[in-house]
Amino acid sequence: MRRFAASPYGVVVLIAVLVAALPAVLPTTFYVRIAALVFIFALAVVGLNLLMGFAGQVSLGHAGFFGIGAYAVAIGPTHLGIPSWAAFVIGVALAALIAFLVGRPILRLKGHYLAVATLGLGILIAMVMTNEAAWTGGPDGMPVPRLELFGWRVRGPVTWYWVSGITLVIGAWIAANLIASPTGRAFRAIHDSETAARVLGVDVARYKLLAFVLSAAYAAVAGAYLALFDGLVTPDSAGFLRSIEFVTMAVLGGLGSIFGSVVGAMILTVLPQVLTVFHDYEHIALGAIMIVFMIFLRAGIVPSLLTFLRRSS
Amino acid sequence: MAEFLQFAFSGLTVGAIYALVALGFTLIYNASDVINFAQGEFVMLGGMVTVFAVAAGVPLPLAALLAVAVAVAVGVTLHRLAIEPARGASAVTLIIITIGASILLRGVAAVVFDKGFHSLPAFAGSEPWQIGGAAVLPQSLIVLVGAGAIVAMLWVFLTGTMLGKALIATSANRLAARLVGINTGAIVGLSFAVSAAIGAIGGILMTPITLTSYDVGTLLALKGFAAAMLGGMGNPIGAVLGGLLVGLLESFGAGYLSSQYKDAIAFLVILAVLFVMPHGLVGRAGVERV
Repeated sequence: MRRFAASPYGVVVLIAVLVAALPAVLPTTFYVRIAALVFIFALAVVGLNLLMGFAGQVSLGHAGFFGIGAYAVAIGPTHLGIPSWAAFVIGVALAALIAFLVGRPILRLKGHYLAVATLGLGILIAMVMTNEAAWTGGPDGMPVPRLELFGWRVRGPVTWYWVSGITLVIGAWIAANLIASPTGRAFRAIHDSETAARVLGVDVARYKLLAFVLSAAYAAVAGAYLALFDGLVTPDSAGFLRSIEFVTMAVLGGLGSIFGSVVGAMILTVLPQVLTVFHDYEHIALGAIMIVFMIFLRAGIVPSLLTFLRRSS
Repeated sequence: MAEFLQFAFSGLTVGAIYALVALGFTLIYNASDVINFAQGEFVMLGGMVTVFAVAAGVPLPLAALLAVAVAVAVGVTLHRLAIEPARGASAVTLIIITIGASILLRGVAAVVFDKGFHSLPAFAGSEPWQIGGAAVLPQSLIVLVGAGAIVAMLWVFLTGTMLGKALIATSANRLAARLVGINTGAIVGLSFAVSAAIGAIGGILMTPITLTSYDVGTLLALKGFAAAMLGGMGNPIGAVLGGLLVGLLESFGAGYLSSQYKDAIAFLVILAVLFVMPHGLVGRAGVERV
């Protein structure tokens, strides 16, 4: 079991089993809907984990790319007459292109400077979405036409459960593949020491950029899914708090652990649903949980759990 | 010309508040390497506690004092309960802890106070003065003078008192500071207390002009962070210059280019500065040890 959990593909199988088995225990479509949301956010966090957990570069602006994916499937069909699936492809490509263009100068920065640069980038993207009201509907957002594929209308929690679940498995599989490849080794080498990596012949700038572009594409796919699922998109989807939510999910579950990303996304998605009972105290609880987990489970839930299992056996 | 002066004055006024937030960032960062994203919440607490104390019949000076005391207590508690136990954690972990604290404080403020906007009466009348054709509110001058006084007092504190020198020593080298008998843990706590006080005073000063609510902290923290970064992280003079510069750029940008994108202008400039001068305006390039 331990060996299985540690192997890169074990995680993919684990997530696949989870996606396949979960509908049997989910009592109502309300829970199916939440599970779909978990998968969508997990997809974005798996991508962010490639950048933060493996290549060791922080980003406080990933919601910007998430928002680009979301607004692409809203603006494409509504204003430009592009079918949803094409708008989806264009949105993901656009997010990757923007990441490619700004990635090189931004990723030269380190530590807090990188944090503020990515934060600024995310805020700028969100601001365009808020201000260009003619295109985006401004602060209130805009409706998103349903996705239609070969006459099949992709809608409803159950459909989106399977679409997002299968995409998450594919996304995790790509990530696991990448991590097991020489590219993954290069990422980890950069994480440990950029100078040492460079000495060993790793093209540091190129691999950092690759991780950045990939994680942006993951975020854009997730953003587009959420918009198509919800049928509505608002600038909040690209906002600073969303970016922080992604980073918290990645760190909470465990940086460098793909399954951790799923666990982190699950906790931060399910928790607010549970906490709506104490609506007024929702933020207090969220903040307290962030602090307590970061103090007592610094490595993240999944890596801490693996260490615990290893020690007890 | 009058227009130019008008923008300059309003830019300097907001800039002074940004400078105070940036100064708070810098103090804590120097003493502990922590970027405290809850810095904006100190500003919020300063304004909100004063507003509600005044509404309850407390005279303004006393209310302001109470607000500073509350902010300091929150700052010290934050350090004791959230920062100290996480000593040695990575930068990202610490960033998440302070963001968690910021969300928590905002949540508490929404419950204890309310979610509305509040203002205070101007401290010295609201009749604007005409300076070179520009209308300047007396409160703007109070903000500028108040911020200047805080910077001066901080300067005296850091260079003239043993406690201040201990803070500088801790910033320079924590181990060496401990070796000469400085209680570095207490000093980091002190830096939180001083930052909280500075933030709260900023919040009290700005409330008559900009209003306050439970969630003003987020954007202020982001701008203050950007200002500190612009000046070169960890440099107090840089923080003040960075704050004023961000305020001015925002004001001129809003006036001459687009008021919708006023917040964007600040971040665009910061991105540009980071690309050209990756260590800020005043900072020096660091050497990475392998």
